[in-house]
Amino acid sequence: MTSLVVLLTLPLVAALAVLALPERRREPLGLLTVAIGLVAALTLAASVWRSGPVLLTLGGWTPPLGIALRADGLAVALILMSALVMSAVALAARFEMRATRVGPRAAFGFWVLMALLWGALNAVYVSRDLFNLYVGIELLSLAAVALVALSGTAKALAAALRYMIFALVGSVLYLAGVVLTYAAHGVLDIGLLAARMPAESDALALGLMTAGLLAKTALFPFHVWLPTAHAAAPAPASALLSALVPKASFLILIRLWFEAMPDLASSAAVMMLAVLGSIAVIWGGVLALVQSRLKLIVAYSTVAQLGYLFLIFPLAGGGGSVQPWSAGAWTGAMFLALSHGLAKAAMFLAAGICIAAVGSDRLGDLRGLVRHLPMTVAALALAAITLAGLPPSGGFTAKYLLMTSALAAGQWPLALVLVGGGLLAAAYLYRPMAALFAREARIAPRPVPRIWQAVPLTLAASAILLGLFSATPFDLLQIGRPEPAEEGL
Amino acid sequence: MSLALDLALCALILGVSLAAVAGAGVFRAVIFFITYGLFVAIGWARLGAYDVALAEAAIGAGLTGVLLLTAQGRLRRVQADRTERPGAPLPAALAGGAVTLALAWAWFVLPVPEAPDVAQALPQSGAGNPVTAVLLNFRAWDTLLESIVLLAALLGVWMLARDADWDAPLGPRYHARPSGVLAYFGRVLPPIGLIFGVYLVWAGTETVGGAFQGGTVLAGVVLVAMMAQVLPPPRASKRLLRAALVLGPGVFLLSGLAAAALGGSFLSLSAALAKPAILIIEAALTVSIAVTLALLVIGPAEAPEPAP
Repeated sequence: MTSLVVLLTLPLVAALAVLALPERRREPLGLLTVAIGLVAALTLAASVWRSGPVLLTLGGWTPPLGIALRADGLAVALILMSALVMSAVALAARFEMRATRVGPRAAFGFWVLMALLWGALNAVYVSRDLFNLYVGIELLSLAAVALVALSGTAKALAAALRYMIFALVGSVLYLAGVVLTYAAHGVLDIGLLAARMPAESDALALGLMTAGLLAKTALFPFHVWLPTAHAAAPAPASALLSALVPKASFLILIRLWFEAMPDLASSAAVMMLAVLGSIAVIWGGVLALVQSRLKLIVAYSTVAQLGYLFLIFPLAGGGGSVQPWSAGAWTGAMFLALSHGLAKAAMFLAAGICIAAVGSDRLGDLRGLVRHLPMTVAALALAAITLAGLPPSGGFTAKYLLMTSALAAGQWPLALVLVGGGLLAAAYLYRPMAALFAREARIAPRPVPRIWQAVPLTLAASAILLGLFSATPFDLLQIGRPEPAEEGL
Repeated sequence: MSLALDLALCALILGVSLAAVAGAGVFRAVIFFITYGLFVAIGWARLGAYDVALAEAAIGAGLTGVLLLTAQGRLRRVQADRTERPGAPLPAALAGGAVTLALAWAWFVLPVPEAPDVAQALPQSGAGNPVTAVLLNFRAWDTLLESIVLLAALLGVWMLARDADWDAPLGPRYHARPSGVLAYFGRVLPPIGLIFGVYLVWAGTETVGGAFQGGTVLAGVVLVAMMAQVLPPPRASKRLLRAALVLGPGVFLLSGLAAAALGGSFLSLSAALAKPAILIIEAALTVSIAVTLALLVIGPAEAPEPAP
């Protein structure tokens, strides 16, 4: 329980401290924070592993009066993944977000916003209260929008404004749904809502909350803000935005559909979510294929990868008795969220190194970079293996679980989407690889410290390790897993 | 009588909001939007939600009004304050209309909501005002995060500064004629606002008011004083300013952690200490909310414009 309180408060205390303390304390403080946070995440994971979900009633007031938090296997897996990504981003930011490099404004803003973002993520991962989740994603969205604006160019400001409009409309829709839920039942706690007497307005409430969260998760057709926003931010900020931020709103969707109101999941509704997800997989992949800048390819790939997550709705529980593992699709989607987080953060950090080396991320300017930055190119290649779902990566485990569920449930169109999405990913990731491995080199790149290069490589390698040693994270995800994940919606 | 008043109020709210979105011209829209905020505040007061009414009047009409008028002034200077196509875009209007209809339907099918049962726990909460009890005790985690949301918003605004202007004072330079109305208000309003703001915080534990309402009034005081050039515009790097920003969330967080360290749970307040603890947290929050809101309205660092 102590480690949970540490994870909730440490990033917030750090953000306040960075704000109040002089500049020279900023970096050591940031690094100390991620170190403690990583230890706390491991401690919490060990505790959940040993003795099940960790509960915390804030202020000692139990719901419906107070707010309850619960760290289950899924929450703790996301906390751990976020702590890893945060640590990597902090290490990269030591080089990339120096005041001498990006100016005092961006250098100051980055550390504070990163800490706020982390605090908001941890708060959302464990919250069991619909309104508290609203406050959490508000903090998350505002910090994310500010991170997009960090680079200060007119393009970045326009992208940030567009992101903010989508995020705020999403917030209002979500809040309207929360208000309806509270008006009908007088409770906000997910556990209490699961045991509610159904009301006529529940479907509308769930619909509004879902629409709001889809805008924040950037599911097709609400994805239009994502690629420009993620590509406009400085690379360490892009890594946070792409790897972590959409996972929080997706997690709330999971909490709503699988835990609070599984009774409302009609087959038409779940199929509609999966169809939007399928379109996102294909459309994101096609658009990634035609981009000429590495960061935009990586950003469009996020649109596609987020699409896979929505296949969970019709597939969860699919043919549970047929498979050796029950709850295949549910666990598969969670594996995808985790491995995408690690791989995507690695890719953006690697793209940042490329930009530091050659001053551009146009594919034409990256030609032959493998001879100068072998570690960075290796990180990109390993991350690409995960994103394309090739063995033995975490992405492969995820796709395998989703695919077996799709086939067992007889949903062959969704299986085709999984195959097609993988082929598209291989195609759009081939282009930067081909450029990086090209024989001729255009320009002599600036040297990049090896420690900096090791950061994305470690992240990408951990995405592979997630596939190689998938039994432990698999079992962790089953702790406190909701019933409908196994039975199906 | 009261029905006639309510009907008139509803008609005014609808008419003014329509005028705000349907007309041409940014200035007109801003003025109608401010009026709309005031009418909505009266609406909240009619519903008996005085805390919400205060917040709506102060933030929805007051601070947002200043913000929008400043933005309109900037647009006018670059001659972009004329909207090309009056009225809202059709898809947005349709989506807004659909959501409104759906919510109206829900209003009819839903039972009259029962007030949540806080009466039982109220004596242990350290606050007589149930709103304060919920904000500072039962759901303190929400309020703590909200106070940090404000800070995140301010950082977002600060990030909009030009890199070259980062060390410049915050906000545009205001000019007030020494004998003008603004200069007069700048000297007369702050003392009154100060007393009212502090009263709202003090009274908030027992009756209407609280840190957010008091902080908003105090933010208005700071703004008027800055616009009247009674207070100079601050720099973002000033230590005292940074301390004022983190004071509220910092005290809130540390008191929550102290409770956990002393054997309670995180954010718990023992019944004996609850009242003084809430007052201290509210006082600290008020300072931070007032400064953060005022700085949100004046905007990012800006170098003074070169003389033409």
